[in-house]
Amino acid sequence: MRTKTLRSVSLEVVAILVALVVFVVPFVFMFLTASKDEFESADLKFSLPTDWAVVDNIKEAFAARDGMLLTAFKNSTILTVVSVAILVVLCSMVGYVIQRRPGRVANLANILVISGLIIPPAVVPTIWVLQQMHLFKTLPGLILVEVAYQMAFCVLLFRAFVAAIPRELDEAAMIDGCTGLNLFFRVIFPLLRPVTITVILTSSVFIYSDFVNPLYFLPGDENATVQLTLFNFLSQFSTQYNLLFMDIVLVTLPPLVLFIFFNRKIVAGMTSGAVKG
Amino acid sequence: MVTSVTPSQTRTTGPRGDAGAGRPTRKQARSGGARNLRARTYSYWFYAPAAVIYGLIFLVPTVIAFYYSLTRWTLFDSEFIGLDNFRQFFSEQSLVSGLKNTLIYAVLTSGLKVVLGMLFAVLLTGPIRSRGLLRSVVFFPVLVSTVAVGITFSVLLQPDFGLVATVLSKVGITSPDWLGDPSLALLSVALVDVWKGVGLATLIYIAGILAIPKDYYEAVDVDGGSAWTKFRNITLPLARPATFTVILLSLIGGLRSFDLIWTMTGGGPGFSSDVIASVIYKQYQAGFYGLATAGNVVLFVMVSLIIFPLFRYFNSKEVES
Repeated sequence: MRTKTLRSVSLEVVAILVALVVFVVPFVFMFLTASKDEFESADLKFSLPTDWAVVDNIKEAFAARDGMLLTAFKNSTILTVVSVAILVVLCSMVGYVIQRRPGRVANLANILVISGLIIPPAVVPTIWVLQQMHLFKTLPGLILVEVAYQMAFCVLLFRAFVAAIPRELDEAAMIDGCTGLNLFFRVIFPLLRPVTITVILTSSVFIYSDFVNPLYFLPGDENATVQLTLFNFLSQFSTQYNLLFMDIVLVTLPPLVLFIFFNRKIVAGMTSGAVKG
Repeated sequence: MVTSVTPSQTRTTGPRGDAGAGRPTRKQARSGGARNLRARTYSYWFYAPAAVIYGLIFLVPTVIAFYYSLTRWTLFDSEFIGLDNFRQFFSEQSLVSGLKNTLIYAVLTSGLKVVLGMLFAVLLTGPIRSRGLLRSVVFFPVLVSTVAVGITFSVLLQPDFGLVATVLSKVGITSPDWLGDPSLALLSVALVDVWKGVGLATLIYIAGILAIPKDYYEAVDVDGGSAWTKFRNITLPLARPATFTVILLSLIGGLRSFDLIWTMTGGGPGFSSDVIASVIYKQYQAGFYGLATAGNVVLFVMVSLIIFPLFRYFNSKEVES
């Protein structure tokens, strides 16, 4: 019995060490490089900085390119908040009717949802459509794109949750003369709160971290999103690794904060949505 | 206080027996007025705003892509050139290698995610005290932006001063040029992709393993079976739905993968790590919009040929078991 516990303890120690080295060291490296001065960071060594230059680097990273990073944070915030708000309202409505009113229309909607999860979007034709609407290279255009691409995933989450709300509730409300949008937003939507939180968290992480869509649909330095600044800094600061990595650290902070507070919710959203799909 | 009522609580208060049980018969008993009420309550208008955005931004481009892939296109006018774009796609060496690399990358990353995800999940559902912490540590990279991961690893993998090379040289191994060697570049990026994505696979497997009834394992204990027997005969077959999910998700992600490759190698050296998505971006940047759209159509066909049959196959298997 003792050898067994000894073995499991040593297995545990090995597992923790390997996980720390493989999964934590890259993040420590980001932080250490972001804290060094320009000269020292160029060595790319995994070492403690001799002088901690955290504050200076933050200031410099924000000051670079006429404060592009600040604009980018503003853009990313608007992009994420507005897209997620639209997604929550529209997808909860769709998930509700798909679940409550089965039939040919719901089948078609379900097929479209599955297709949305699988089919890679056609990029250049989308640019053409946005151009016809005069929305190409604008934040509203990018918001529409993010909403369209995240929709399938959010509808799935809502649909699964609506199935757990008894129909009797709808019927009781109908008897009281409450129908349509009124019924949905007064009675059903408040009950969806747990899944709404999950949808908000997971889709904000996806949209905030998105790089490909801003690259295609919102090009140009003046209205970059934070993910684009990383890419721009990469070309500009190829010698100033401290600033490049400070940018990485700053951009990684929001998801880290969300993860610390809502770990379980985020995991639930990502795995449940996945399993249903 | 409606907001605080969770669905599971309200379920018990509802007259479940009489109202819920007769759902099919109730439909027949309904008068035209009731059906009208149903149509008003669950109105198809609820679909409308979502349908407009989804239709305009996703469906319309997907459909018109088939036409524009047959043209030489400047976004303002287009000239029909038949299958020329596709001919170019399947004859030019740089584009053909993109097709091949996409398949290698997708199969490699999803295979590794299945194996490692399963391994981590078994370890992290075992009697380890720090499993909560370890789960978080493995999962966090999933949330970090791909570009940040890409930049960090291209620095860590630098051939001379990079951390990986330094560590390897301490144990007496000369580190290869991970991203600069044409035969290694795609593989290196795929490994970083696995590093970033394996946390999701692990958590899907953990959910699958935790759903397996404990009695099965106890039965093996009674029979005196080993841990390997448990894994081979219980965990592996009963976690099959999780395996299907992991394969589907990572194939879908792997086939359209772009950002990690673009930040780490830019498709290089040469065309050695180009995939369809990076080829599309390059053609787009060069102004060959028709050719880029043809690339999109190729990707569409490839994804459809691989994913939809798999999807149906997995669904039929899940019904069986």
